Amino acid sequence: MKRKRLALSEPVEGASGKTGSWRTYRPVVDQEKCNACGLCALYCPEAAIDPELQVDLAFCKGCGICANECPKKAITMVREER
Amino acid sequence: MTEIPKEEYILKCTSACAGCSSTLSLRYVLKAAGPDMVLVVPACCTSVIQGTYPRTAMNIPVYNIAFAAAAACASGMSAAYRKKGVKTRVIVYAGDGGTVDIGLQALSGAFERGTDFLYICYDNEAYGNTGMQRSGSTPLGAITTTTPGGKVHPKKDIDRIIEAHNPPYIATACSAYPLDLFQKVTKALSLEGPKFIHLLAPCPPGWRFPAEKTVEVGKLAVKTGSWILWEREHGTLQVSGPSRAAMKKRVPLDEYLKMQGRFRNITEQQKQELQRNIDRALARIACEVKQPCS
Ligand SMILES: Cc1ncc(C[n+]2csc(CCOP(=O)(O)OP(=O)(O)O)c2C)c(N)n1
Ligand code: SF4
Ligand code: SF4
Ligand code: SF4
Ligand SMILES: [Mg+2]
Repeated sequence: MKRKRLALSEPVEGASGKTGSWRTYRPVVDQEKCNACGLCALYCPEAAIDPELQVDLAFCKGCGICANECPKKAITMVREER
Repeated sequence: MTEIPKEEYILKCTSACAGCSSTLSLRYVLKAAGPDMVLVVPACCTSVIQGTYPRTAMNIPVYNIAFAAAAACASGMSAAYRKKGVKTRVIVYAGDGGTVDIGLQALSGAFERGTDFLYICYDNEAYGNTGMQRSGSTPLGAITTTTPGGKVHPKKDIDRIIEAHNPPYIATACSAYPLDLFQKVTKALSLEGPKFIHLLAPCPPGWRFPAEKTVEVGKLAVKTGSWILWEREHGTLQVSGPSRAAMKKRVPLDEYLKMQGRFRNITEQQKQELQRNIDRALARIACEVKQPCS
């Protein structure tokens, strides 16, 4: 086998595992209150909120920024049962 | 409103702390740069965003390099690309320790040589990756692991050091204003030569505030005048929207300080000195905007 001369990492989704397991609180959206402004998706550091405003719970770390920034107070952080 | 590309260049998910504002900012830096780029990263928290070998969350080429060499490495890359007639964007994304302290001489050299690249310093105001030791960029009064009683020296003014190189573009940004950051990166990359962006990136574990407050803390930095958003293109200064508002009506500094555990020990005298520095910086900017000295 040819020796690798450079340590190269390959890009893959989930390179750091399913970071959703870090979460102690999960964001729950109240669709009645949400006006689809998109600020939660703008500010999510993990890009875990897609353009359709669905939260990817496999990766959401539960930081709570989306809930804190939502102008409609439509997101509640709910304790994970596990 | 500016159209932000939907494409994400950081794959879900990184190993960075929950609520990391440097990760948030990097999302928009990469969106502005597009796929034809290479990121040069010295030792810092960004390598945590990348993840651990042999897998990475970064879906663009990244070159990891020793602390002192980021700008030198970018210089060589840029020179090689341009010689080949390739337009690939070379962007350094380095921490404050790696910029204002350790990487300063290579950075100065690259700017003096007119290297065609963009250098972004994301400033979490300490050596975050190794557990929050004080850097030249740590503000007066802030607790770090090496300043347990609060830092007794003021923050180094790196912007004025870089300005002394007369670059075509230099700007400040803050993670709490991603659209402003996106526009500044886009503008910087449209110009040839060495460009510098100094980005304030509040760090929840390092600054000791809850992760959900990351954007709120960043906004307060700007609203109190502690962080001023501006850009300077070919020498001409322009104050950015959020800071223009702050210049008219400022939120009291205490609102910003009391949100962060790192300012727990700050003295009245230090607070007054921080306030004086804010007043002085804003007065200098207001004066130049009123009467450009060209
Ligand atoms: C020459 C050298 N000295 C020390 C280190 C250890 N080290 C790795 S990252 C880091 C902190 C970098 O701080 P900063 O540039 O502010 O970036 P941050 O970690 O805060 O993102 C240190 C001290 C190193 N990798 N190389
Ligand atoms: S920030 Fe709030 S109102 Fe806006 S899209 Fe998200 S959940 Fe809906
Ligand atoms: S809790 Fe944090 S990681 Fe999860 S969706 Fe909200 S902003 Fe994103
Ligand atoms: S220590 Fe701060 S800058 Fe580093 S990954 Fe964590 S939140 Fe981000
Ligand atoms: Mg740092």
